[in-house]
Amino acid sequence: MIEMSGIQKAFNGNVVLKDVQFQLADGEIHALMGENGAGKSTMMKILTGIYERDNGVIKVDGEEVHFKSPKEAEAKGIAVIHQELNILPDLTVAENLFLGNEQTIGMGIMKNKEMNKEAQRILSQLGLDIDVRMPAGALSVGKQQIIEIAKAMETKANVIIMDEPTAALTDREIQTLFKTIRKLQSEGVSFVYISHRMEEIFAICDRITILRDGEYVGVRTIKDTTFDEIVQMMVGRELGERFPGRTAAIGDVKLEVKGLTRPGLCEDIHFSVRKGEIVALAGLMGAGRTEVAQAIFGYRKMTKGELFIDGNAVKINNPREAKKRGIGFVTEDRKTQGLVVDFSIKENIAMANFNKTSKSGIIRGSKEKSFVGKLVEKLGVKTPSAELPAKSLSGGNQQKVVIAKWLGIEPEILILDEPTRGVDIGAKKEIYQIMNDLAEQGVAILMISSELPEVIGMSDRVLVMHEGKITGEVAGDDMTQEKIMHYATGGDKVVQSQNF
Amino acid sequence: MSKAKTSNGLMQKLGPLFGLLLIVVIISIMSPNFLTTDNIFNVLRQVSISALIAFGMTFVILTGGIDLSVGSTLALTGAVAASLLAGGTDPFIAMGVALMLGLILGAINGVIIAKGKVAPFIATLATMTIYRGLTLVYTDGKPISGLGDHLAFQMFGKGYFFGIPVPVVTMLVTFFVLYFILRKTTFGRRVYAIGGNAEAARLSGINVDRTTIAVYALTGMLAAMAALILTSRLNSAQPTAGQSYELDAIAAVVLGGTSLTGGRGWIVGTLIGALIIGVLNNGLNLIGVSSFFQQVVKGLVILFAVLIDRKKAA
Repeated sequence: MIEMSGIQKAFNGNVVLKDVQFQLADGEIHALMGENGAGKSTMMKILTGIYERDNGVIKVDGEEVHFKSPKEAEAKGIAVIHQELNILPDLTVAENLFLGNEQTIGMGIMKNKEMNKEAQRILSQLGLDIDVRMPAGALSVGKQQIIEIAKAMETKANVIIMDEPTAALTDREIQTLFKTIRKLQSEGVSFVYISHRMEEIFAICDRITILRDGEYVGVRTIKDTTFDEIVQMMVGRELGERFPGRTAAIGDVKLEVKGLTRPGLCEDIHFSVRKGEIVALAGLMGAGRTEVAQAIFGYRKMTKGELFIDGNAVKINNPREAKKRGIGFVTEDRKTQGLVVDFSIKENIAMANFNKTSKSGIIRGSKEKSFVGKLVEKLGVKTPSAELPAKSLSGGNQQKVVIAKWLGIEPEILILDEPTRGVDIGAKKEIYQIMNDLAEQGVAILMISSELPEVIGMSDRVLVMHEGKITGEVAGDDMTQEKIMHYATGGDKVVQSQNF
Repeated sequence: MSKAKTSNGLMQKLGPLFGLLLIVVIISIMSPNFLTTDNIFNVLRQVSISALIAFGMTFVILTGGIDLSVGSTLALTGAVAASLLAGGTDPFIAMGVALMLGLILGAINGVIIAKGKVAPFIATLATMTIYRGLTLVYTDGKPISGLGDHLAFQMFGKGYFFGIPVPVVTMLVTFFVLYFILRKTTFGRRVYAIGGNAEAARLSGINVDRTTIAVYALTGMLAAMAALILTSRLNSAQPTAGQSYELDAIAAVVLGGTSLTGGRGWIVGTLIGALIIGVLNNGLNLIGVSSFFQQVVKGLVILFAVLIDRKKAA
């Protein structure tokens, strides 16, 4: 039903798409995959009329189209659900659903009752039974996403493009989302599914098109392909092991947390991390993992609990003190917490390291340059110059900049919160390698991650949290997805519902 | 591509300068009296007062804040300096006290904003009223004159330094110091970082509260410096001095290309912005535009400049 062929696109003479093709069949879920910068988003922006193509043909139902704006694409039944949701948190669910599309009795007077009823009907069809009069902001991200899908359905979309739809969802929410997608698929709706998460693509998609450096690499039927084949097509080379091996010697206890409590967020948390050890903090989104990390780092206050570094009790009241104690914190969200996006790469890295780049408050230009240069090289940040703004980098390289900032302080304890989220597969492996190198140098590493393969592949020991408490600890051969999920969903306390 | 980008950025930065030159050319064609040494010094003397305030405002706006209280701070510090001088206090002590007072008034803004977590607009709206009220209470609503003829104080507003008006020298020296601070010191970098992303700054171990308080304190002190020049020039302090100066300062900062959302901008632009406003005020007078209509023209220029800026950014 959608056929794109020979698509070319260049920005300022920089070719970003070369002769790319893409076909979407009726009622198909089609994954679009490639490393960051491979051209996936550009491709979809061309399809929906945000960008104009330089060359190539787009046909919808056999008829050539030239969309000038997303509105025109929408009129042809093509809707996009962006990674950042367009939900207005203070409006009700129903108001969000009909935003810009309100039913009125004329003169702008709305038929609220009818809209509420209609919203309720649409959402329950999608398997979401909630009160549509509640504010949308009170819903979980997963449910908000389903409202976005409902909005798309309202515009009579028969093609829905989803960009990283599961990045902020818990596993349970992902299952609900998938159910919704399948239901709509059975009604003939097609999906373009952009994601870095291989497991999901294999779980839900029918076919997969792979792009690399703006070129079409190939299309595969999911049934007839493998992880390895896809990865190889994406990176154009053998990646080898997904998780590099490590031979760090595990030493004495470096960091110990006793009874850490933040009411309503996390409760009575006990654990320790040894020198050279990578400990993973696993669990579902909202289980309280980030909250634990923030409290250790002094970014949020703990109401109860003690911290010990090298066996000595320490008090950490703010990030400055944490830094002085040798703790680094690679935060979860690069754009809101990790980077000043308008700053150059250099300025971002120097931001946590003024003591090394300045003297009596005056920045030493050459010192700063060489200090940053070493870190950029060490981490393999791919950029022509450290003077370029951080926002010019791909997600993976931005993440490396955040890590570089913290390596600058020569940390003895490093906390990484979702270190590879939204990072392509090549950069992922490089980040793993960096973590391993640090562990080998004796750094104690605490990694928060929602990706189970990463948790199992990278860590020596896994602590699992559920609703603010540590519900289990697994190590060695016990580190299986099943065991971790068991604890992450409440462990022995609750009866596992096996609906997914 | 990166090269094209930087030169593009430079064009954007120099835009205000072209605007200034254009206005100067137009006005000097329309009025032969504009480009005379006397008049130029006159413009610069006026600009030095508004520029000092606008420099402080640049720091505040770079952190993503705003300071509406600068005009009231100017009035209060000017009144205190004037009353001390009238009472026979040594001019250097009087000036020192005024600068200290400006620093403290600014720091109070900073503490309310950083520690009290009050939005800068609201916090300084309140202190604007409070400081103005205190000025009226202090002066009993009357101007303070009879400041004596201390040479040092007279020089500050009216003197010449190697043929250049002292206020202009003061303003330029301050400009270079502040330029250096923003470009070369960790304090300057922190100012940009806080405006760019306060959360990331805090998480990087930057003392956001202390930096914020220092920025507002600096702004208060610069307003006091402007107050001293104004008081010296007028040889008196008016309780209503400095009214709507905050708006001229904000306009100068915005004309100079600094983003009101913080994190982006430079102080060179602010100097140019202050010059644009100063030249317009003076030039429109010379051309004989009525003072009522002058406001319309000034507003239109600001609007026009910002619209061009938006176009380029898009």
